[in-house]
Amino acid sequence: MRHVISLLIENESGALSRVSGLFSARGYNIESLTVAPTEDASMSRMTIVTSGSDDIIEQITKQLNKLVEVVKVVDISEAAHIERELMLIKVRATGKDREEIKRTADIFRARIIDVTDASYVVELTGNQAKLDAFVGAIEPTLVLETVRSGVCGIGRGDRVLKL
Amino acid sequence: MVLTGAEIVIRCLQEEKVEYVFGYPGGAVLYLYDALFQQEEVRHVLVRHEQAAVHAADGYARSTERVGVALVTSGPGATNAVTGIATAYCDSIPIVIISGQVPTAAIGQDAFQEVDTVGITRPCVKHNFLVRDVRDIASTIKKAFYLAKTGRPGPVLVDIPKDITIAKCDFEYPKEISMRSYNPVVRGHQGQIKKAVQLLLEAKRPMIYTGGGVVLADAAEQLTRLTRLLGYPVTNTLMGLGGYPASDRQFLGMPGMHGTYEANMSMHYCDVLLAVGARFDDRVIGNPAHFAEEPRKIIHIDIDPSSISKRVKVDVPIVGDVKEVLDEMIRQLEAGAARPNAEHLATWWKQIEEWRGRNCMAYKNSDEIIKPQFVVQKLWEVTGGNAIVTSDVGQHQMWAAQYYRFEQPRRWLNSGGLGTMGVGLPYAMGAQLAHPDAQVACITGEASIQMNIQELSTCKQFRLPIKICNLNNRYLGMVRQWQQIFHGARYSESYMDSLPDFAKLAAAYGHVGIRVDRPSDVEDALREAFGKHKNELVFLDFQVDQTENVYPMVQGGKGLTEMILSAEDL
Repeated sequence: MRHVISLLIENESGALSRVSGLFSARGYNIESLTVAPTEDASMSRMTIVTSGSDDIIEQITKQLNKLVEVVKVVDISEAAHIERELMLIKVRATGKDREEIKRTADIFRARIIDVTDASYVVELTGNQAKLDAFVGAIEPTLVLETVRSGVCGIGRGDRVLKL
Repeated sequence: MVLTGAEIVIRCLQEEKVEYVFGYPGGAVLYLYDALFQQEEVRHVLVRHEQAAVHAADGYARSTERVGVALVTSGPGATNAVTGIATAYCDSIPIVIISGQVPTAAIGQDAFQEVDTVGITRPCVKHNFLVRDVRDIASTIKKAFYLAKTGRPGPVLVDIPKDITIAKCDFEYPKEISMRSYNPVVRGHQGQIKKAVQLLLEAKRPMIYTGGGVVLADAAEQLTRLTRLLGYPVTNTLMGLGGYPASDRQFLGMPGMHGTYEANMSMHYCDVLLAVGARFDDRVIGNPAHFAEEPRKIIHIDIDPSSISKRVKVDVPIVGDVKEVLDEMIRQLEAGAARPNAEHLATWWKQIEEWRGRNCMAYKNSDEIIKPQFVVQKLWEVTGGNAIVTSDVGQHQMWAAQYYRFEQPRRWLNSGGLGTMGVGLPYAMGAQLAHPDAQVACITGEASIQMNIQELSTCKQFRLPIKICNLNNRYLGMVRQWQQIFHGARYSESYMDSLPDFAKLAAAYGHVGIRVDRPSDVEDALREAFGKHKNELVFLDFQVDQTENVYPMVQGGKGLTEMILSAEDL
């Protein structure tokens, strides 16, 4: 089962490697990991997308909690939540492809943020499935480069991950 | 008061009432050693290899209720310390390691004696720090001691670049420390404890299984009270020996791979298992699938939530300090009127006594050749069962655990989790320094002792009257045993030729060496060591039976009840 784990961690050097080291040392799976400071600069928030049986996910959250610098851990995929990922995709855009790509981008509510004679950079946010669908909708030979941020997640409504 | 970083480090150690620092100097820690030199409160024990420094600090911690401290230099000093750190980590031993580092400006430049100490040790410490500012030293060391000894204890490393040790700042040692990200649970959940007590009282075939957590939490007294109050059988793991007096009738011996028949059968066939500060390790329950086949309710008390339901599913988890939780269980039991069902208990004990009647620890003694088990039994007799016993790793470790019957906690020091050969002598050093008047015996083998034999020199310098009992069978005995059973008796590289004359070697270091060849001389040699040579280190080199195996035995991957009781079962 796929799970999205969010955590708050002290913004110290080496904190990221404690988390990633834990996953590799114990053989847990990381699909994506994103991290950035929060509104409180002393803390970072991490979103980890992982998969495993219930027992493994339970161990993952316990082991994460055990790291001295981890302040809080929540499996946000246990209840209603929102996931978003950012993708930047550079595509070859010449001739009739230029219009076609523009149309597809509009349909996906993506934005073209860089334009040259021969290429576009398209910016798209959404959940993973939407990003995958957009990539699927573009002729593969036109794709020059893609970069994805990994998933950011947040609980819906009252569910707040805060100190 | 303005002090240098080095002076601050030593002042912090004084504030923590550190008696001994085990260490080895080098370039990156010269200022720290200079500061050590100029004071008298903290005494330094100069080892001969950094691995032994950490083991000795670890042995000191195991034999006391205090934090052990080691001091090493950068680069090879730190890498030599890693085995010691990992050993302490696997057994949750509270130690603080201070390592020197190249100056801040040189970090990342591949400087002389530079390694990424924080990176290398990260997976085998409870936590580690790199101090980048002299003003952070005091609070970091305070945190290091706090982290090492609270919650599930463990090693904490503080890496200090050389320039930070000469920088100056005002010194004030924080009285208290709190960390928003670290709040170990101490008191167990009342409702869960109530449920556990209820379940224990309803049990028909109860069993108490306890590990190193009882020793670490200094909860042996509580465990003994609870066990006697209930009248239930109890077993202590390798790490938990001494948690319950071995001479008591309710004690079934050690469980697991080389545990007793009665302990393993009771673990397997009980209907309620109370696990206290133990982690259902593969060496204890064997194959978890086989263990899970028999239905039973499990109550698990542990300070570390991640130990619960890791290898077996637990019905009543209780996260908390073992001592606090046991106290609360005793309180609830004594306050209530309910008592265990005497009839069920009598039937269960009858079954257990039948298992115990197999006398699985019996071995065939000999007049011709010294049996290793016999040496341990004689050591127990000669020391009145009161010695602090350390061991290395292998067959001798199991015989020590099986035949030296520990009545009290913190008397048995061994590397249970990591299984590190070479810990025995440095553990004995730490224990002897902590308990100058105690009888300290190191049960070892000719292979293990050679992994840190250079420490005989340290023992001479600090006049440590340790008694080394070398069970010399000229083989890596446990490897040989497995090769005999699982590898068609092809003894690949497990025989050791060209061994030193250990008695002469000990003499060369300035100690007493005695070689013992005959069973009839074992007791006299031990009496001589603990009597006439009471105040000297004595190296007793017992020439023991080369073919002796450790029984009972549960083969790796097998179930607890699938035991080999003696050579006849092979």
